[in-house]
Amino acid sequence: MSLRIDQDHSRFRNIVRGRIRQNLRKYISKGELLGRQGKDIVSIPIPHIDIPKLRFGDKQQGGVAQGDGEPGDALSGSPQDGDGPGKAGDQAGDHPLEVELTLDELADILGEELELPNIENKGKSAIVDKKDRYVGVRNVGPNSLRHFKRTFRSALRRQIALGAYDPKRPVIIPTRDDMRYKSWKTEEEPVANAVIIYMMDVSGSMGDEQKEIVRIESFWIDTWLRKQYKDITTRFIIHDAAAREVDRNTFFRTRESGGTMISSAYRLAADMIERDYPSAQWNIYPFHFSDGDNWSVDDTLLCVDILKKLLLPASNVFCYGQVDSPYGSGQFIKDLKEHFSDDEQLITSEINDRDAIVGSIREFLGKGK
Amino acid sequence: MAQFALKTALPNYLRDEQKRIEGFVRNVGLDVFPTIFEVLSYDQMNEIAAYGGFPTRYPHWRWGMEYERLSKSHEYGLSKIYELVINNNPAIAYLLEGNGLVDQKLVMAHVYAHVDFFKNNFCFRMTSQGRDPKSGADLRKWIDTMANHGAIIRKWANRIGLETVEQFIDACLSLENLIDPQKPFLPKEASPTSSEEEEPPETPEVPLLRVDREYMESFINPEEFVESQKKKLADEAERAQCFPAEPQRDVLGFLLENAPLQRWERECLAVIRTEAYYFLPQMQTKIMNEGWASYWHSRLMTENICDASEIVDYADRCASVLATSPGQLNPYKLGIELFRHIEDRWNRGQFGKEWDDCEDWDLRRHWDRRTGLGREKIFEVRALYNDVTFIDEYLTEDFVFDQKMYSFGYNQRNDRWEIESRTFQDVKSQLLTSLTNAGNPIISVIDANHGNRSELLLEHTHQGADLRLDWAKEVVKALSRVWTRPVEIHTIVDEKPTALRFDGKDHSQKAL
Repeated sequence: MSLRIDQDHSRFRNIVRGRIRQNLRKYISKGELLGRQGKDIVSIPIPHIDIPKLRFGDKQQGGVAQGDGEPGDALSGSPQDGDGPGKAGDQAGDHPLEVELTLDELADILGEELELPNIENKGKSAIVDKKDRYVGVRNVGPNSLRHFKRTFRSALRRQIALGAYDPKRPVIIPTRDDMRYKSWKTEEEPVANAVIIYMMDVSGSMGDEQKEIVRIESFWIDTWLRKQYKDITTRFIIHDAAAREVDRNTFFRTRESGGTMISSAYRLAADMIERDYPSAQWNIYPFHFSDGDNWSVDDTLLCVDILKKLLLPASNVFCYGQVDSPYGSGQFIKDLKEHFSDDEQLITSEINDRDAIVGSIREFLGKGK
Repeated sequence: MAQFALKTALPNYLRDEQKRIEGFVRNVGLDVFPTIFEVLSYDQMNEIAAYGGFPTRYPHWRWGMEYERLSKSHEYGLSKIYELVINNNPAIAYLLEGNGLVDQKLVMAHVYAHVDFFKNNFCFRMTSQGRDPKSGADLRKWIDTMANHGAIIRKWANRIGLETVEQFIDACLSLENLIDPQKPFLPKEASPTSSEEEEPPETPEVPLLRVDREYMESFINPEEFVESQKKKLADEAERAQCFPAEPQRDVLGFLLENAPLQRWERECLAVIRTEAYYFLPQMQTKIMNEGWASYWHSRLMTENICDASEIVDYADRCASVLATSPGQLNPYKLGIELFRHIEDRWNRGQFGKEWDDCEDWDLRRHWDRRTGLGREKIFEVRALYNDVTFIDEYLTEDFVFDQKMYSFGYNQRNDRWEIESRTFQDVKSQLLTSLTNAGNPIISVIDANHGNRSELLLEHTHQGADLRLDWAKEVVKALSRVWTRPVEIHTIVDEKPTALRFDGKDHSQKAL
């Protein structure tokens, strides 16, 4: 059943998306977007637009309440701002709502909040799906597909042409020849395949907090790309001075010490792509996270070489995320920016703390590739 | 409307309950409009709640926003709308389909008390649309009025575009709270067209105090006093040249009458203003209204309606309605306790001069004259007070102590909200301050020809709290959209008199 409110609702959604009314957008207050997997709680931001009015400033006005405590004691929780007592009661406050959601819903919310475009996949695929679509009309067919309007029209036309049509008694009787039926065509649709290759630096300088950031970020990237592609494969590579492929669990738990040779991971990824994912048929998303400390300048040049020759031509987009660590020099991102300054296929992003995750996801996925 | 009319009829078992409850309601002396209950599914409920209780409103995005919030929090199980009742004759109330029988009965009892309040409280008299010529019944056809408003705005949206109309409405909504709560009770102003204005005397006499003995003249009317009276006269004469002659708090009304509006703009603004005045009494009587409804649902449920098996369920619901939390005033709780307090006092004769003068604590505690006037008194209170006068008159020191009331404020030094005081005077004045003018700043139109450039000048009567500045600037902009000329508002920012101005292009803020 469609509700009257749907019109107002879609209008509001459009304002939130910014299609109309830029001037209202600055009043959209957003909650936080904190994602955790599994049992943990996700807080969902519900966009809200305040209509500016003459009101008292937030912290100007106190209020009255009931309960225990001595003068000078802090109030737990923050009181309603500025609304006075008029609003209390039957409605929940404006605090972010915390609930559990399915991954699919999460992806929707993420896409909506970050205004992520849907991805245009390459559409080159090994697997082809068949689909029937009604496209035309023909003279024969089963009665269940009878096209009533067209049938009526041709009958009417015939009767008028014959002079058998009487406007005073407009009875139309279709004959066998007047019958029209819907006809269909079978179309072949390519099915998109996608693979994400996560690479992470696990050298000594990557601490637990850095890994946590990578974990949260990769969770959201996974969530979003899974929404975009039906079947998606994920592969994980960790590296210090040498690279190896691991499973998801190991990827997030391993801690090695020692040096960093980023080229080792890139080489492994390139081999993996060549062996398992021919780029003509796959949408390939390599993500690499590190603290930006590479072993030597030579190795960095080697990385650039692999990227240019092997990885970039094969991938939809190559993303490099640099987390801030107390030990890393953070040089690698600068080198990449220097070598690929005008290449849209390589996206870099600095993730300094957890708050920066949202922005970084938007940078990686905001281009719709 | 058809979809609602078809599906929302009350099932038989609820209709029987309604009949029973209405009987109890009339027995205890509540005086109600005929009341129609409708049963709604949760999404219909969310829709109607988003529209503020009315099935048809004018098109606007903020209903959609409210709907999204309500339906999301419903889907996620965070909140549920229990009661929704409209001040209309007949009153309309909605029940949520699938609620338990105890809940439905509770809502009905609660709703009937609200309806009694709508009908009898003096604040709500301004929502009356006249008397039925035949039956003499109080006409309140607000469902129709709101639907008409919808038709007006849709008409203009179709003619000149939804975008244009909606932007204008957004501007009007920014001004929605700039109305005068006293306006409906003031005598109608004489129409300015009356030509037989009395000529003011050439030199008006300086009003001095009466002196019977000549030698007292210089003591009773000293030089300075005479001077100040003269100056006052001169000021008044100067003011009389101004338009408006008196500061106007009904800013919306002033704009409606005097702003150079096109017809569609005038009609839209009138809609916003009418609706603002319609909702005003509900804001002025939140504590009393909810308190009254809670008082009666609690009495009726426990004394008449519930059977033994239902009482625990009822108590559970009632407790969650009356729960208090730090830093948030629960109007249901404060209202019901205050009504009970008043009833108790008048039952025991705790009023009058003798009571006020008595300072013996022990005597006061056990004071009981068996006057039994409680019931009568609370019915009188529900008719003659609004939240401000209710608190002002009946909040007592004992009550503040018993109810553990405190005032709180923001402590800049500790960067947190803190309990400030538990003394009676502090609590009472804080409470009254936040209720005054329904929690809105007092704004009036001072001069419509400011600087002799037909600019609009408004003034914020500062009572201790500053305005929220970023919003105030937007409001000044909205005002200049309606007034079509630069607008300035005088207020106080950080203890400095300040003028906020929008000249059609830029905002400016300067100290006065």
